[in-house]
Amino acid sequence: MTGAETVPGALLSGGAGWAFVIFAGLAVGTAIAVVVARNPIHSALFLLSSFLLVACIFFLEQAEFVGAVQILVYAGGIMVLFLFVIMLVHQRGVQERLAFQHQWDVALIFLLVFLLPFLYVLWTERFPVLPQNLDAFRTVRGRIAGNTEAVAWVLYRDYLLPFEVASVFLLVAMIGAVVLGKRSAEKVD
Amino acid sequence: MNITINHYLVVSFLLFSIGFLGVLVRRNFLTVLMSVELMLNAVNLNLIAFSRRLSDLTGQVFSVFVITIAAGEAAIGLALTISLFRQRRTLNVEEASSMRG
Amino acid sequence: MRDLLWLVPVFPLLGFLVNGIVYLASHRTHGSGGHAPGPGTQPEAESSTAAGHPHAHGHAETAPKWKTLHTVVGTGSVGLSCLVAFAAILDLGIGPLSQGAHHVLTLWRWIPLGVNQATGQVPGPLAEWVVDFALRLDSLSALMLAFVTFVGFLIHVYSVGYMGHDAGYGRYFAYLNLFMFSMLTLVLAANFLLLFVGWEGVGLCSYLLIGYDYHKKFAADAGKKAFVVNRIGDFGFILGIFGVFALFGSLDFGKVFSAAASQPAIYAPYMTVVCLCLFLGAVGKSAQFPLYVWLPDAMAGPTPVSALIHAATMVTAGVYMVARCNVLFRLSPDALLVVAVIGGFTALFAATIGLVQNDIKKVLAYSTVSQLGYMFLACGVGAFVAGMFHVVTHAFFKACLFLGSGSVIHALGGEQDLRRMGGLARKIPITYRTFLVATFAIAGVPLLAGFFSKDAILAAVFESHFARAPWLPKVLWTAALFTAGLTAFYMFRLVSLAFYGKFRGSAEQEAHVHESPRSMTVPLVVLAFLSVVGGWIGIPILRGGDRIGEFLAPVVPALAGAHAVEHAPAISLELALMAASVAVAMVGLFLAWTWYAKGEGRVPAQLAARFPRLYRTLENKYFVDEIYEAAFVEGLAKGGGRFLWEVDATVVDLIPNGAAAGTLGASAVSQAFDKNLVDGAVNGVADSFQRGFQLLRRSQTGRVQNYALVMGGGLFCIVAVYLIFR
Repeated sequence: MTGAETVPGALLSGGAGWAFVIFAGLAVGTAIAVVVARNPIHSALFLLSSFLLVACIFFLEQAEFVGAVQILVYAGGIMVLFLFVIMLVHQRGVQERLAFQHQWDVALIFLLVFLLPFLYVLWTERFPVLPQNLDAFRTVRGRIAGNTEAVAWVLYRDYLLPFEVASVFLLVAMIGAVVLGKRSAEKVD
Repeated sequence: MNITINHYLVVSFLLFSIGFLGVLVRRNFLTVLMSVELMLNAVNLNLIAFSRRLSDLTGQVFSVFVITIAAGEAAIGLALTISLFRQRRTLNVEEASSMRG
Repeated sequence: MRDLLWLVPVFPLLGFLVNGIVYLASHRTHGSGGHAPGPGTQPEAESSTAAGHPHAHGHAETAPKWKTLHTVVGTGSVGLSCLVAFAAILDLGIGPLSQGAHHVLTLWRWIPLGVNQATGQVPGPLAEWVVDFALRLDSLSALMLAFVTFVGFLIHVYSVGYMGHDAGYGRYFAYLNLFMFSMLTLVLAANFLLLFVGWEGVGLCSYLLIGYDYHKKFAADAGKKAFVVNRIGDFGFILGIFGVFALFGSLDFGKVFSAAASQPAIYAPYMTVVCLCLFLGAVGKSAQFPLYVWLPDAMAGPTPVSALIHAATMVTAGVYMVARCNVLFRLSPDALLVVAVIGGFTALFAATIGLVQNDIKKVLAYSTVSQLGYMFLACGVGAFVAGMFHVVTHAFFKACLFLGSGSVIHALGGEQDLRRMGGLARKIPITYRTFLVATFAIAGVPLLAGFFSKDAILAAVFESHFARAPWLPKVLWTAALFTAGLTAFYMFRLVSLAFYGKFRGSAEQEAHVHESPRSMTVPLVVLAFLSVVGGWIGIPILRGGDRIGEFLAPVVPALAGAHAVEHAPAISLELALMAASVAVAMVGLFLAWTWYAKGEGRVPAQLAARFPRLYRTLENKYFVDEIYEAAFVEGLAKGGGRFLWEVDATVVDLIPNGAAAGTLGASAVSQAFDKNLVDGAVNGVADSFQRGFQLLRRSQTGRVQNYALVMGGGLFCIVAVYLIFR
């Protein structure tokens, strides 16, 4: 992957820059499709492709570990879960007549009113130029070791507590999901 | 084609607001959850971009946590969906207005 | 001649006195006939249609001999005032005025508290506690004076025809003259306190004239509403005056402004607060958001009143005051930012409401609020000259529009609903043609008056600069441009609905349609003419074409400082901006013509059906009145009143009861205490609050997505505020 040493301030340049533009454009396009599609399965598939495209952007940024986690967990785990549930609750013949909720016009106006100034501000804001260290994501104790190992070093040393808390959280989520999804014993099915 | 941090900000904000719009306007509860995932994804993109700019791995670690939490939240949300569906036989969020008034 | 300046406000004052005394005397001899409601008067409670037109109620006419007296005194006093005003201005000379000549005529010493009292901590070197009754004629007041007296005179002439059949003719002219007196005092005042006297006077006359038909509850309520909402603004204005006095030690314009200009560093830190307080006064008087709600209701008054007070003169007093104090406002960029944002927002906000109104006068009322927004927008970006320019051109075409609408109402015997008009172009040609000219003027058709003044404002906004929010000029310009398009659209919608197509009223009305008498059409023609040529005093680009800017320069310097002459924008940019505003106006006019004149309103009806909630929101003016009613009237005022009534009733009753029932013992007393006072008060408060909250209950829809939308909105607002003020 090409870096951006040559031009100060740029995070990517040259071919990688175009790749970013393509991926980002497609990601936004599929995101819009997620919101607009009528059939929830279509939405789920578009969301899946959005995740994959964003993962590609991560790869461009040399954050391979996060990209891989994104694909594995998001695309491979969460989306599959979504698809299961969609198919579970899918009612045959009941196609949504109206996909959009009754406040769609207000929400759209609200979003446009806020979106455009914010975009303008974000686009024109000048950030100070920082030196780009391309090897920062792969370096462990002075040797090049790959992104995963670098992340591991940081995760297990500096952020060990949040890591443990996250595992507890996952445990709680698992238990909660089981409890919520259980059919109550007294209820006649 | 030089990509600066501004490009990332704009893309991530666009994704975020599309997700937000989805949360506000869709009737199907599952689609609302999917829009929430979109929003979290946008946040991730933002984090990675800044992590790159500052050459600091903290952003990526944070991203991993966000993905973790998103997974947990999606699980709970979907379990709730199933529970809601069993009770009301509908996925229409507009009908979940018993807190009205 | 200049020393006879005092005659300018005094002539109308004499007119008021003569008209008032004669009216009271003549009505005493006639018993209660004349102004009591006759048996044929329909008791209209809430309807605002057919408001303020003499044909609508069965009043007897004034006797002819008194009528002539009232006419001559009423119009003559203003006419004389106008002549003296012009004579005084010419006596000083237009040239000398442009160079800074000014004349201060001190009539007498009003408040002689003391001279040269040292006040240690106040940084004002001019600590003379003295206020004079003094009139000041400089280029700014001369400009205001010229059009206030002239347009005022035209409207007085018009009223002769319009109010001719009304029994309260004398009372009407008395009030109108009193208004002219107050307005002229305001314009000519040489210090803040005298300006405030005029300010309050016009507020009082507005109340009297809006509620002229005091038998109709709606008109009386509208008068009260105008006065009360104005009062809120006046509160701010008074605080501002206090601030000025505390800082500068004097209220005289000359002294205050020269002190501020010569030592800006001393005064600048306090200017934001002072200017915002002063601006609050302007917000109330000139009907900006959120104190604009009285102006649409003020349409309950007679149409010439709407033309004079709520279009040409009183509402522009706020702009005049801000322009007068431009030296102070320039020292506070934050206050200017607030002025610009409120002006721009009000302009757009009011224009959107005006799109769907069905009462001819309400459309014009919201148009006035919107155009006033433009004027404040101009002042907020530092282009005070452009703001005053728009004041002048707006007076011409808005007065013409209001008087024209009065002519239409008169022709239809009191009808004000656009849905019952149509096809009047051929039936009342003079009215139609002057109305059309004025519509083109307000829409910004090139070479007419509105084009130049609106363009000056748009150009100034585009090139303005705000340190705190560099993106603001573009946003404001976009909003102002869009508003210009909306303006063209709703004005031509008005014209189409009233004058084109088929007549939609009753057959009886159609038979009685007639052109107005000459006393009404002549002012229309004069004002239409002024709407065409009035803009030629401020032509940009042409060397020497910006005569109004040069004229006002000594009092209102052009964009000074960084925007000095060498930074003048490129001609190509000016032309491009001009082209943009013309294009937008043309689109608005064309769209209105297509939809309403040719299409007979099919497309708008379809749009209204597709977006019912949006349409209802606009039609109900964004429910602002309802919100105010729930929050302030119901919650605070009535709730507080009910609470106090409970307290009063129990305390007053408790004393005799306690004394007489003293033998019942302490337990009886304490039981009564708890039950009546405490419980009663609690119940009273709870009850009144509950009634207020019922209205707020509608926001609890129970739907999470609605809540999410509101939360998102709040969040975005917070971030926006942060971005502006970081």
